Amino acid sequence: MSLQVELEHYRNVLIVRLHGELDHHTADIVRFKMEDAILHGSSDHVILSLKQLQFMDSSGLGVILGRYKQLKAKGGQMVVCDVNQGVYRLFELSGLFKILPIHENERLALTSLEVVS
Amino acid sequence: MNEANEMTLTFSARSENEAFARIAVAAFVSQLDPTMEELNDLKTVISEAVTNAIIHGYDNDPDGKVTIEASIKGDVVKLLIKDNGNGIEDLDLARQPLYTSKPELERSGMGFTIMENFMDGFEVSSEPGTGTSIAMTKRIESKKALFN
Repeated sequence: MSLQVELEHYRNVLIVRLHGELDHHTADIVRFKMEDAILHGSSDHVILSLKQLQFMDSSGLGVILGRYKQLKAKGGQMVVCDVNQGVYRLFELSGLFKILPIHENERLALTSLEVVS
Repeated sequence: MNEANEMTLTFSARSENEAFARIAVAAFVSQLDPTMEELNDLKTVISEAVTNAIIHGYDNDPDGKVTIEASIKGDVVKLLIKDNGNGIEDLDLARQPLYTSKPELERSGMGFTIMENFMDGFEVSSEPGTGTSIAMTKRIESKKALFN
């Protein structure tokens, strides 16, 4: 099992699409790719798009929380979209959905960020 | 149907085996015809327990071995995940939501909380220097029951 990270810059927003399974083994890939894009890219905000994410455990929560803090320190916003039921339960259990706005799809997520910036 | 159906799996404490472990257990349990949600719950708790064994039990030493014993009796799945690693000094502290002994590794501290919430039964026993074992049970509300 593996994980692919697809990055797209749209205006001042970095869209991160995760495909596959996010666990302890694959969390570092997400961490390094996002860290690099947040630090060296020109984007202010991040949309985490999870439509193609088939599995996630608490290692995923850790890496998402880490990037949220990193972005917040830079004054940026992070939102999540296309969250499946399993991932939603983890967000709920950890309280993460209280700090990360969840949107139905990428278009609505983008709209929400354009109001912010 | 009263005799338990058992399966044992032992593998190296390597992170690439986390996916293998949860898929193997899911395949074993699939004979009960679980729902997607039940299957996802089981995969998640296996992932949590195996990840804990690798990171905390063995400090990522691939020479360590993780063992999973799974059994099915009636509609109940029993899972036992064991390591012979470091063990846990303070179990009450380790079970606190959001507590992690390794914040530098971006651990969320949600592993035990997830296991307790996703399963019907959850018990952890640990001896510092000897290892940790986690026993969990879940009743599978077989989809077949709907049609019988």
